[in-house]
Amino acid sequence: MAQVTEPETDNLGETLAVEAGGQTPWREYFSFSTDHKVIGIQYLVCTFIFYLIGGALATAVRTELATPDSDFVSRELYNGLFTIHATVMIFLWIVPAGTGAFGNYLIPLMIGARDMAFPRLNAIAFWLIPPGGILLLSSFFVGAAGAGWTSYPPLSTTGEKAGEFIWILSVLILGTSSILGGINFLTTILKMRMPGMGLNDMPLFCWAMLAASALILISTPVLAGALILLAFDLIAGTTFFNPMGGGDPVVYQHMFWFYSHPAVYIMILPIFGMISDILPVHARKPIFGYQAIAYSSMAISFLGLIVWAHHMFTSGTPGWLRMFFMVATMIIAVPTGIKVFSWLATVWGGKLRLNSAMLFGLGFVSMFVIGGLSGIMIASVPFDIHVHDTYFIVAHLHYVLFGGSVFGLYGGIYHWFPKMTGRMMNEPLGKLHFALTLIGFNLCFLPMHYLGLQGMPRRVAEYDPKFATVNLVCTVGSYILAVSTVPLIINAVWSWIGGPKASGNPWDALTMEWQTASPPPVENFIGEPVRLTGPYDYGMGDRNPNVQMPESQANTPMLSGGPTVS
Amino acid sequence: MQGTIDTSKAAIQAEHGAGAHGGHHGDHPDHRIFGIIMFLVAESMIFLGLFAAYLTFRSVTPDWPPEGTPEMELLLPGVNTIILISSSFVMNRGNAAIKKNDVKGLRFWFGLTALMGAVFLVGQLYEYFHTGFGLADNIFTSTFYVLTGFHGLHVTFGLLLILAVLWKSLKAGHYSSESHFGAEAAELYWHFVDVVWIVLFTILYLF
Amino acid sequence: MKVPSAIWTMIAGITITLVSLWVGQNHSLMPVAASEEAPRIDALFNTMMTISTGLFLIVQGIIVISIFKFRKQANDNTDGPPIHGNVPLEILWTAIPAIIIMGIGVYSFEIYNSMGGLDPMASHESHVAHKHQPGAAIAASLPSDEPGMAPSKAPGKLVALGVGASPRTQGQDPFVSVNVLGLQFAWIFTYPNSGVTSGELHLPAGKEVELTISASDVIHSLWIPEFRLKQDAIPGRESELRFVPQIVGEYSVVCAELCGSYHGGMKTRVIVQSEEDFQAWLQSQIVAQSEGLETVALNPADLSETDYLQPLAAEMGIDGETLNQLHAEHHLGDRAI
Ligand code: HEA
Ligand code: HEA
Ligand code: CUA
Ligand SMILES: [Cu+2]
Repeated sequence: MAQVTEPETDNLGETLAVEAGGQTPWREYFSFSTDHKVIGIQYLVCTFIFYLIGGALATAVRTELATPDSDFVSRELYNGLFTIHATVMIFLWIVPAGTGAFGNYLIPLMIGARDMAFPRLNAIAFWLIPPGGILLLSSFFVGAAGAGWTSYPPLSTTGEKAGEFIWILSVLILGTSSILGGINFLTTILKMRMPGMGLNDMPLFCWAMLAASALILISTPVLAGALILLAFDLIAGTTFFNPMGGGDPVVYQHMFWFYSHPAVYIMILPIFGMISDILPVHARKPIFGYQAIAYSSMAISFLGLIVWAHHMFTSGTPGWLRMFFMVATMIIAVPTGIKVFSWLATVWGGKLRLNSAMLFGLGFVSMFVIGGLSGIMIASVPFDIHVHDTYFIVAHLHYVLFGGSVFGLYGGIYHWFPKMTGRMMNEPLGKLHFALTLIGFNLCFLPMHYLGLQGMPRRVAEYDPKFATVNLVCTVGSYILAVSTVPLIINAVWSWIGGPKASGNPWDALTMEWQTASPPPVENFIGEPVRLTGPYDYGMGDRNPNVQMPESQANTPMLSGGPTVS
Repeated sequence: MQGTIDTSKAAIQAEHGAGAHGGHHGDHPDHRIFGIIMFLVAESMIFLGLFAAYLTFRSVTPDWPPEGTPEMELLLPGVNTIILISSSFVMNRGNAAIKKNDVKGLRFWFGLTALMGAVFLVGQLYEYFHTGFGLADNIFTSTFYVLTGFHGLHVTFGLLLILAVLWKSLKAGHYSSESHFGAEAAELYWHFVDVVWIVLFTILYLF
Repeated sequence: MKVPSAIWTMIAGITITLVSLWVGQNHSLMPVAASEEAPRIDALFNTMMTISTGLFLIVQGIIVISIFKFRKQANDNTDGPPIHGNVPLEILWTAIPAIIIMGIGVYSFEIYNSMGGLDPMASHESHVAHKHQPGAAIAASLPSDEPGMAPSKAPGKLVALGVGASPRTQGQDPFVSVNVLGLQFAWIFTYPNSGVTSGELHLPAGKEVELTISASDVIHSLWIPEFRLKQDAIPGRESELRFVPQIVGEYSVVCAELCGSYHGGMKTRVIVQSEEDFQAWLQSQIVAQSEGLETVALNPADLSETDYLQPLAAEMGIDGETLNQLHAEHHLGDRAI
């Protein structure tokens, strides 16, 4: 039902595009290719593999937590497991998949460019990821870093030295990759839009990537600075973060969170953008409030830079600072609320195609809001004093990161798979994947709110026996989550090899990436790309984008203006 | 749209290999300088982070520099500062020269800049050996070495860039008034390193 | 047709409001509120639960209704209505969250202030009260990884960290002061006025107490869930928690900040007693400990009273000597005051 394959039009450009498209030879995916589409897919597959590894580590964490005693792994290994779990999930899955994979694949197509601004830099950025990831995982052989993904000193500088050093090194490598990507995205979006495409004609994903890239550029280097100082403490005997030599551990926390709070928006903004592009297509309705969504991305980006100390409410933060950061943090609810309500208004009154992409899109909104609401709660200092460093926080972070980012990435995979591979995915399997994910996810993480409120701290291998039952429920949920990835993997592999062929525009979408073949030819568009409609002009009687265009108008698109807010 | 229909796959591939900027609009806009500026924004954030850390340590430590730190010599770093700042102006002459198609001028001024950069680095090393304190002595000495060392690394990299420009300029016609991206990038980078030093010098030695 | 939809909206609104109010009061997610500040935090949490439940229901309701009401009909290939936006509506959903968060913000501020989070005197007062910083001194005496590192002065307490005196009791001395030291992997409580050292925290009910928290090795965090209070113990710094335990009973003291392999085991008890019981306990401790440093220090089981510290002390390399040292430091410090 959802395979809305379009009848072949007799349009010349379309036929030609289909011919010129076609599969990239598989060897290309293992090479230093500079084609942004190849790099995008390299990112996606590579980071997905890391996701499975990170998930396997999480499964081990949950297995340990199935019982109150520390019995499945040693205490040291447990600390290593969740540290590497979080590091893999953040630096090797969400960040590179949201920005690297989808950013690379979609941005040039969406703005009608032939490639990214710096193709070779792009390839370098990608090829930093596999060595960085393998290096990180190899630290299990020497005793993995066990100070949490936050790696607070003095604990981090007194524990497993070799593992900690490897951790620092690989995060530096992955951060560099991220910065190089950010430079590329900013330049591409700002400088390489097709003629006639103003900023306000861009699909909202590009706006979101603009905001996220700006954050990468401003915040990631500060993490690098912090890690350099940490490395000196670790191996050169300096005492930047050790009070025994006159240093101050709280300085590290400030530097770390100056990056890592913006990092959570680096991880969610691209997803916001993807959702803004998925919902209108499958709801067959224009996005509601284009400008509001676009500018709220920028607002989130800016606000994201001035709220970092909300992670330090019980640390070395004086009272008045706690109040400042509390208020600044809460303000983020306003731009985020604008997005959420605009999405709801987009869906409301549409003609919803409830295929896998749409289900994950709606699932994203639904789950993310839960995480966002708990985010506002923990922004309130008196309450955070109670729940900081407890399972309430673990619940919050998984609702925004899994219920948010991962749901969004899943939606993106289902939505753009036909474009990337030229094949349709299997819908029943996709729906099975959605159902299992939704159930497993809530079973695993919803009870954690309760655990945190009741008194279970995070990062513990052993806990009070009174929490045993609830933890067992969480563990069962996590096993369902692990199983839920199986239909996705089968679906992706199977469809890529033998799925039904997808036309250039199977969803009848209006953004530029759908106006070329699936998969697109090497330089994306045959001839000059032409914008026939705005990216969200659904319901305007101009349903079929493959209309014949008089050649004289090729460079002055009919509807160049973005959607107007009436 | 005109030539589109007979554009063959091969032609596309060939063009792709040539690097993909802006398609065939004729003017081939060059975004590399913009990219370098973005890169320098990122770089300045590392330094800003380190400066902020330094200033925080300074403000929470009761006496600064901590007791027992030998006095800092001002003469050598002062001279070094003057050399580095002037090298920026010298380098600018080099770029002015190449804009007039004067490759010789470019080589001369860039060569001079490289020399000044090298003198700066040697001076810095000399200072390291005569400070009388070690990396891990106290929080001041640690920040001192890490900040100046990290900056020195950037000077070294800038020096290598200049040398690369000099090397390339040996090939006739590599740089011209039309095309001198390499020289321009090296200059931008050098100015950046210079500005960072001014801030560094102010907060480490003067203030 | 118009009228029913307005009525539906109204019914939905009323239902959501009622459900939210009910959930906000009856979620029973929190443990016992055993300190004076805990009920205030619970009230704040209940308010936030009410608002969140409402927002949750609105958002999920719209999604679920859309799925059923607006799903594409089998043969319908047309698009939905081309609505690009609606300025009044957008202003509305910008303004309402803005007002809500202003409300939550002001409310949180009030609560925080009434708890004493903004106590302007905190830094000054405790600076005078404890010239000697147990944390720093012990940090210096513990064997350090870097040989030959000169233990320098820990940075003075420049800012007030933690929760100070509430506006009501500002400027008054707390009824009991306790120095809390976190170390891998135990809490040590010292009562400076009587010199008693204990592995468990005894507090009198209904009296204001002040904990001065420091750490000797890495960062720990003192959390008493039933009091809704938590504060990091940061090596080289001092922080405080000032509060009034209310309900007699035993609650757990949890270390909330990852501090190494046994972080999960770094637990002890807080025993809230009536004032008489508390005084009696204190006296018995003074007697026990005045029998000599030796016995106390060489017998960690006695020191801690919990069945907890003793096995761990051996397991984790906190040997008798370290404890001895700790103990001596504390006593020296206390006598200096
Ligand atoms: C994708 C990642 C992501 C995102 C998007 C967010 C979003 C938010 N986060 Fe979260 N956060 C994390 C990832 C993320 N977070 C992680 C990983 C941690 C833990 C790190 C660690 O310690 O390991 C963390 C921890 C964390 C803390 C520290 C807790 C502690 O350690 O004590 C705080 C405190 O303020 C916080 C707040 C917020 C807020 C206010 C938002 C807001 O942006 C949310 C805004 C969204 C909404 C509010 C919902 C939609 C809006 C409406 C429906 C409008 C109406 C709403 C209202 C009027 C309230 N987060
Ligand atoms: C994007 C980020 C992300 C994602 C997706 C996840 C996903 C999951 N996380 Fe994680 N988590 C974090 C980010 C994330 N987490 C962070 C930042 C922390 C904080 C760390 C810290 O405190 O420092 C954390 C901490 C954390 C904890 C707390 C640990 C503690 O404090 O002691 C727990 C416990 O339950 C947990 C569980 C899970 C589970 C069950 C999943 C599941 O969703 C995973 C589902 C599993 C899979 C999808 C894999 C399935 C596949 C297989 C099992 C087969 C394996 C196959 C091969 C290897 C080929 N996570
Ligand atoms: Cu001490 Cu955790
Ligand atoms: Cu944050």
